[in-house]
Amino acid sequence: MKKTKKWYDYLWIWSILYFTLGFFNIIFAWLGMIDFLVPILIAGVSGNKFFCNHLCGRGQLFTKIGNDLKCSRNKKAPYFLASKWFRYGFLIFFLTMFGNMVFQTYLVAAGAANLREVVKLFWTFKVPWDWAYTAGLTQDWIAQYSFGFYSLMLTSTLIGLIVMVLYKPRTWCTFCPMGTMTQEICKIKHRK
Amino acid sequence: MSENKMIKKRAVVDSRRCVACGACMAVCPIQAVTVPDGCFARVQEERCVGCGRCSNICPAGCISILEKGQEEQR
Ligand code: SF4
Ligand code: SF4
Ligand code: SF4
Repeated sequence: MKKTKKWYDYLWIWSILYFTLGFFNIIFAWLGMIDFLVPILIAGVSGNKFFCNHLCGRGQLFTKIGNDLKCSRNKKAPYFLASKWFRYGFLIFFLTMFGNMVFQTYLVAAGAANLREVVKLFWTFKVPWDWAYTAGLTQDWIAQYSFGFYSLMLTSTLIGLIVMVLYKPRTWCTFCPMGTMTQEICKIKHRK
Repeated sequence: MSENKMIKKRAVVDSRRCVACGACMAVCPIQAVTVPDGCFARVQEERCVGCGRCSNICPAGCISILEKGQEEQR
């Protein structure tokens, strides 16, 4: 029995579009906030993971590349990746780095730091990205947040692609901070 | 005799390790597995045909394909 496709089955295209837009103009990085707020909102209001289960372009992209295009070894991932301590540890690390990024934005807004037109990969490697922004286009802090947020999105997608190739297509989902957070919200809502 | 009585296997989810990602429900050909409350996946035993697609895709490795009656869903 073939499932009928819904509009949201094509959201993997959104993932590709997001990175393409941000490549040419970093301000588009702000659109990624949708992927941050919508899952939490859905989990908080409806008490389910409709976002992960149907709306997440990234999860769909990993299935497309890993499963449909057979770019995944489809091997069992190490046991610890789906363990509680690793998932929550990674969530804390991710939120700390997010907080750090917000603080950088604050420093630029307060005039205590200059705008840095770089994308930081894996929280370590600075990649010049100056073609994606023309100075003065908007306020510096708006641009700083864009570079920071794009770095976060790109880094997590790259980690996701690496574990997709090495293990199962959606291995990233086992420790994805959004997935961990939304599942916890649902568990609290349903007291499980 | 209904078709499902002839089916000997079914999927069983280890709810303690399930991350509720929904990868299983995306590949199940008959929507026998769902993540109804965002906590963990559930298999409808009477629908499941034990094909193993969900178990093959599950990134947390928490779906086993067992003989019917072999073990209760955890
Ligand atoms: S766990 Fe993360 S990547 Fe996976 S479907 Fe949910 S939000 Fe998307
Ligand atoms: S694929 Fe595995 S981890 Fe994801 S919802 Fe299904 S049983 Fe849970
Ligand atoms: S074993 Fe097959 S029919 Fe049963 S839940 Fe998994 S994918 Fe669906």
